[in-house]
Parts: sequence; structure tokens; C-alpha cells
Amino acid sequence: MIEYLEILGQEVYKIIFLLVPILVSVAMIVWLDRRVWGLVQKRKGPNVVGPFGLFQTLADALKYIFKEIIIPASANKVVFILAPIVTMTLALVAWAVIPMSEDLVLANINVGILYLFAISSLGVYGIIMGGWASNSKYPFLGAIRSAAQMVSYEVSIGIIIINVLLCVGSLNLNDIVIAQKELWFVIPLFPMFVIFFISSLAETNRPPFDLPEAEAELVAGYQTEYSGMMYAMFWLGEYANILLMCAMGSILFLGGWLPLMDIYPLNIIPAPIWMILKILFLFLLFALIKAIVPRYRYDQLMRLGWKIFLPFSLIYLVLTASFLFYFDKLPKVNI
Amino acid sequence: MNFSRLLKTIFLVEFISGLYMAVKELFRKSKTINYPFEKGPISPRMRGEHALRRYPNGEERCIACKLCEAVCPAQAITIESSERSDGSRKTTRYDIDMLKCIYCGLCQESCPVDAIVQGPNFEFATETREELYYNKEKLLENGDRWESVLAKNIKLDKPYR
Repeated sequence: MIEYLEILGQEVYKIIFLLVPILVSVAMIVWLDRRVWGLVQKRKGPNVVGPFGLFQTLADALKYIFKEIIIPASANKVVFILAPIVTMTLALVAWAVIPMSEDLVLANINVGILYLFAISSLGVYGIIMGGWASNSKYPFLGAIRSAAQMVSYEVSIGIIIINVLLCVGSLNLNDIVIAQKELWFVIPLFPMFVIFFISSLAETNRPPFDLPEAEAELVAGYQTEYSGMMYAMFWLGEYANILLMCAMGSILFLGGWLPLMDIYPLNIIPAPIWMILKILFLFLLFALIKAIVPRYRYDQLMRLGWKIFLPFSLIYLVLTASFLFYFDKLPKVNI
Repeated sequence: MNFSRLLKTIFLVEFISGLYMAVKELFRKSKTINYPFEKGPISPRMRGEHALRRYPNGEERCIACKLCEAVCPAQAITIESSERSDGSRKTTRYDIDMLKCIYCGLCQESCPVDAIVQGPNFEFATETREELYYNKEKLLENGDRWESVLAKNIKLDKPYR
């Protein structure tokens, strides 16, 4: 019994050690997003609360905590309350397998990428539940759009992941990173990286694919009926998901926690810092893109996903496979 | 879709140039200011909050000619007057309903003695409607508070009147 409690205590300790930095970095990343967005548009962005406005998100969170949670009379109460919890939990749970360095990973499971993919696909449930349980037209339309969008872009992301896995020969995220020791996959698989990046914009409902919350048509999409802490949880989940997609992109293509080059001044910088730098770089691209692009129309979005990305990534998959087979470079899997 | 356009689409040329521009703009100075801490420049003709001015010896300028009351398009001004013990005509009541006022500046243009003026202050929001029904005391107090700025502004604007 005591031993069991000891192990449980250790696990809880580990989980807290993972969750707190993620929540803090989500707060910082929201600030960065708003700041970059503001600066590109020649505004100042949040700069009042704390140094450079860094505590803006904390102030916002405090405000959300003290706001009343309004539950619409016709809403399905249980599902309505469950939806933001599901969104946030799924966004945070996925971080368990992200390796920050060779040892610094909560669960080094050998189907890591599969787990990540499954969890990020489940994310759509939170949105659908929220949209359906609100029992109101805008959230419902937003949820339908979001579901269709996430499902269609997941297909191309899946094929892109297969592309990478062909070069690695393992589903373990650490193995994927180590396989890039010679050459980051961004170089041989550059078109796949671009498509992955654009698909991850769609997957996280970021502009130019923020149709589920297209404010001109759908008020705020599936979040319309939410208020107070429940809204904040949706919001937190969304940004945690964005960070997760950035982490996934850096693991699959940018060599994860590997240094830029294995030469002296670069390889003494600890691995987690490299990982964070790569995530930040990708996130900066996310933020810049939010500031410069107009929103896609719904049919354009679907056309891009199904008629361009899917066939292109399939063709590239065939090309990669034939190349690896022809030059006998297929990874040797030791069973 | 012709060939060069197709190439442009495939290589995201316009997107990349947009991104380059965004990065460039990121490091330029922003056009906005931190409003409550910094304020933009204000013209001497700024038609902000009203004030009733006094002569340097403390005597009110207003002679109760009621030109401002007559010219006011929103009929926001109410004036009552009577003869004072020394024989001069002065107002006993000078009210401006700041909620009716449209800040057109006709009152200060019509005033023959530069008594009623609109100052540079635009930050006089209140929590109740009642506080925006200005009476004579409030207007005179405004005049006393802003006199240096008001006099300077009138002087600066004089060549153009």
C-alpha cells in the first residue's frame, strides 16, 4: 500500500512538473501572439500589465475566474459543462509524450506519434460537444464547420506523418528525433513540411482557416454561449493545441531537441532549450500568419484539403517510398 | 490559370512576400500611442469642454448678451440675467447641458467678449448624467483651471479669426 502511494506520489509530482510549465508557457504564448499581431499591424499590443505586458494573460485569467458562468436555459447542461473540460484535458494530455530531451519525457511510449495523432483527433469532440450542447444556431454551425475542417486536414496530416515514419522506422518520438541526427527531415521532405504547417493551421482553427469562429458570420462559433472560466478553458485548450502542433512540427521536421549543428558552441546548449527555441520559431510563424492573411472561404478550404493537399502528399509518399526502396535506404526495423 | 500564375501559387510567392513585409513591419515604430500615459497633439482650436473666463481682476467676462444661447443649434445653453447692484448686467444662471451639446463651437464664435470658450480638455466623462448638466459655478471653475491654456490658445488662433 505504502509503495503504491509512493509511486502514485512520484507520478503526480512528475505530472505537475509537466503541467505547470505548459500552462505558464501557454499564458506567455498568448501574450506573444497578441503582441506580434499588434506590432505587425502597427499597434503596440498588450504592454501595460507587468514588464512588456507579460502578465496580461494572468490578468485576463483572473478576470475570467471572477466572471459569472452563464448556462443557457435550453442547453444540455452536462455536455455543455463537459465540452471545455474535454478540450483542455485533451490538449494537455497529449504533452505527456513530447520529449524535451532524450530523458526529459513523461511517458516514453513506443507508439508516441500514434498517441499524439489520436489525441489531437479527439480534440474535435470538445468543439462538437460545445456547439451541440449550446442548442443555438451559431455554435452549431461553427461546430459543424470545425468538425468537417479538422477531419479533412487530419487525413493529410496522417499521410505526412507516414512520410516521416517511412524514413524513421519507429513510432517512438525519441527515435524520430534521433533519426534526424544527420539531416533534419525538413530538407528532404520540405514540401511535406509546408503542407504539415498549413494543415496544422487548419487543425488548430487558426487564421486563415478560423472558419469555426468566423466572427463576421458566426459571432464566435462554438464559443458563442460560453462565458467566464469555461470560455477561458476553451481558449487555453486552443493555445495548448497550437503549442502542441508546433512541438509536433519541430519533432517531425526540425529535429526536436537536437542542436542546429553538432559543433562546439551549439551542442553545449541543453536539449530542452533547443526544443523550446524550435517551438517558439514555429509559433512565431503562426502569429505572423495570423496577422497577414485573410480568411478562406469554406469551399476553398475544403478544396485545398481534399483536392490539393491529400493527392500531393500521397504522391510524395509514393516518391519517398520508391526513393528509399531503390537506394536501399529503408530503415532496418529490429523486431 | 496560366503557367506563371500556377508556379506562383505552388511556391506561395505572394504569401512569402507578405510574410517578409510583416517581418519588416514588426521592427518599425508603431503608429499608436499609449493613450492614458501619452497623448496626441491637440490643435489650439480644439473644441472640448466649455469654460467661462474671467478678466484678470477676477470679474466675469460674460455680459449676458445671450448670443450663445440664441446661436446654439442644440439649444443646450440656458441663461437668465439681472442687473447687479453696481448697474452692470450679469448672468444669474448659465447652464450648459453637455449631453445636448454637439461641440460645434458656435457659442465661442458668437461671444463678443470671449467669455464662453471651448477648451482643450476632452476627458470629462462622468458616472451619472446629472454631473454633465453644467451650471455657472462649474463653468467658471473650469475657466479658472484652464485659463492659462485658454488664453494661449486664443492668442495662437487670433490671426485666423
